[in-house]
Amino acid sequence: MALLELKDVSMIYNGKVRALDHINLTVEKGDWLAIMGPSGSGKTTLMNIIGCMDHATEGAITLDGISLMDVDDEKLTTIRREKIGMVFQQFHLVPYLTAVENVMVAQYYHSLPDVEEAMTALKRVGLEDRASHLPSQLSGGEQQRVCIARALINYPVLILADEPMGNLDEANQNLVMKIFHELHDEGHTIITVTHSPEVGREAGRCVVLEHGRIKEPTTPT
Amino acid sequence: MFWQMVKGALVRQSNRFMLIALTVALGVSLASAMLNVMFDVGDKVNRELKAYGANITVTPKNAALLRDVYGLTNSSAREFLNESDLGKIKTIFWTNNIVAFAPTLDGNLILKDGSELPALGTWFEHTMTLPTGETFSTGEIEMKSWWQIEGAYPVEGKSEALIGSKLAIEKNIHVGDVLELNNGDRLTISGVLTSGGDEDQALLTDLAVMQKALNVPGKIASIDISAITTPENDLARKAAANPDMLSQQEREIWYCTAYVSAIAYQIEEVIGNSSARPVRQIAESEGKILDKTQLLMLLITVLSLMSAALGVSNLVSANIMERSRELGLLKAIGATNLGVILLILTEIFIAGCIGGVVGYFAGLGLAQVIGSTVFGAGIANNVVVIPIVSVLMVTVLLVGSVPAIRMLLQLEPASVLHGR
Repeated sequence: MALLELKDVSMIYNGKVRALDHINLTVEKGDWLAIMGPSGSGKTTLMNIIGCMDHATEGAITLDGISLMDVDDEKLTTIRREKIGMVFQQFHLVPYLTAVENVMVAQYYHSLPDVEEAMTALKRVGLEDRASHLPSQLSGGEQQRVCIARALINYPVLILADEPMGNLDEANQNLVMKIFHELHDEGHTIITVTHSPEVGREAGRCVVLEHGRIKEPTTPT
Repeated sequence: MFWQMVKGALVRQSNRFMLIALTVALGVSLASAMLNVMFDVGDKVNRELKAYGANITVTPKNAALLRDVYGLTNSSAREFLNESDLGKIKTIFWTNNIVAFAPTLDGNLILKDGSELPALGTWFEHTMTLPTGETFSTGEIEMKSWWQIEGAYPVEGKSEALIGSKLAIEKNIHVGDVLELNNGDRLTISGVLTSGGDEDQALLTDLAVMQKALNVPGKIASIDISAITTPENDLARKAAANPDMLSQQEREIWYCTAYVSAIAYQIEEVIGNSSARPVRQIAESEGKILDKTQLLMLLITVLSLMSAALGVSNLVSANIMERSRELGLLKAIGATNLGVILLILTEIFIAGCIGGVVGYFAGLGLAQVIGSTVFGAGIANNVVVIPIVSVLMVTVLLVGSVPAIRMLLQLEPASVLHGR
């Protein structure tokens, strides 16, 4: 059974604007899928729906065997907490918590915070010596790596990354990309949303969105 | 982790919460000051109103009856009270509320030339030993603060007298003149009194001089008493009409409350054959002024707390808007609405409590400033204000947080994180 399956999924805002139009998509366990497309193509809308942050208007979605169309907001929060690890383009760290505390926040809302486990996650992204730093004391690349550590801490079935290299310089892009490759090699399922062909090329699969519809699966050029 | 997050927000973003604490402190300081003043204002206003003079008059029972039924104030068969009973006034249940009293004995003094002068014997400044063994200083000087004296008050035991200003003009008597009575006593005029009342047309002298002149040793005609009282209510009015109409429970409440009628009743109990009557105009004025003063304080308290609630509401809403990305992130990584609301409310309540404690102590200081400025005396710190202010503060914080909670409930992580 596929880890994620979207059947005829549409998202219509205000009854008029069709942001997604009959999307059909399947992601197997261990896949690394890149969702690409120009601005306004529906990438972020699709990510919000897959990331359980929004309800689709039409269609059917299953994630790890759970239908996302039949659940209320509270249940959607629980699924998001249990199943998904998120990485954002703008990092989104809690500004008054240290790096290790930012990782532990995800543990706190999931189960129990464990400082050792959080430190292990930071070590994995090469930030164990920056654990007690506030986000304002970290570089962009370091902040993104804290985000990745936070996304991994609860062993999610799916890692969703929205433009993970968007705000990074080349050195940090390479560093983060290396981490994604390691995660993929370990069997993690990853979906990255990007407009960058270079990033898209790193993924095993790629779909291109245009006007809310999926063009045929392609290999980014 | 929860407390780490709260601590992180409070310590590392203290500026945000300082404003909330300051707003709560302002509201609570005004509320606690006003409540402390309100609870203590009864005594303060009563003491101020003592300037009105006596609020209870004690006369012999039959004299009171003749006055009430027939309107007679003089009778050939005069009855008197005993001077020796005066100390008993300070033995009643509400002894501490008896601020001052003065006995009076009125009559005409016959001068050596045969002319008569209307006169009043009283205590100007008298120190007495009470049945309890304590000493107590009282007299007209204590009670009649508005009297204006040209010269000096008579000194007890020195055969001196005050002459009323109108009588002084009428009889051409001046300070320093000596009046010789037909019994051989000589009274030196120590001062001229302007009171604005009947005393302006009388000679006022020491009680002992008057008793000797009227040949009624140890007797007095009436007692003027100044007592601190609680404003009258329905129970007090019912009791004033007839204490026997009260149920046992009502009677206990009435007797143990410093209503003017209860104090008068207790005075009648200790001074035999007497009738103690409240001076209604004064008692009711005291009650009305006190009620209005307390209402004013209450209004200021309510308004200050409403202002604080509005201030908190604005600050918390601004705080939520500023932190919308951070709070959206918490929701995105799995926080429930309840979890986020709990976090925000805890931060607000801690800031509010710090502000509340600071505000309470500032309020105590403010109450003392109000006390010394308005009443010339300190305000007692009433501990009952603490729970009241605490409840009010929690209410202010909760009411002030309602708009922010609504915003939090509507906050969608997708919107704030992706700016949809």
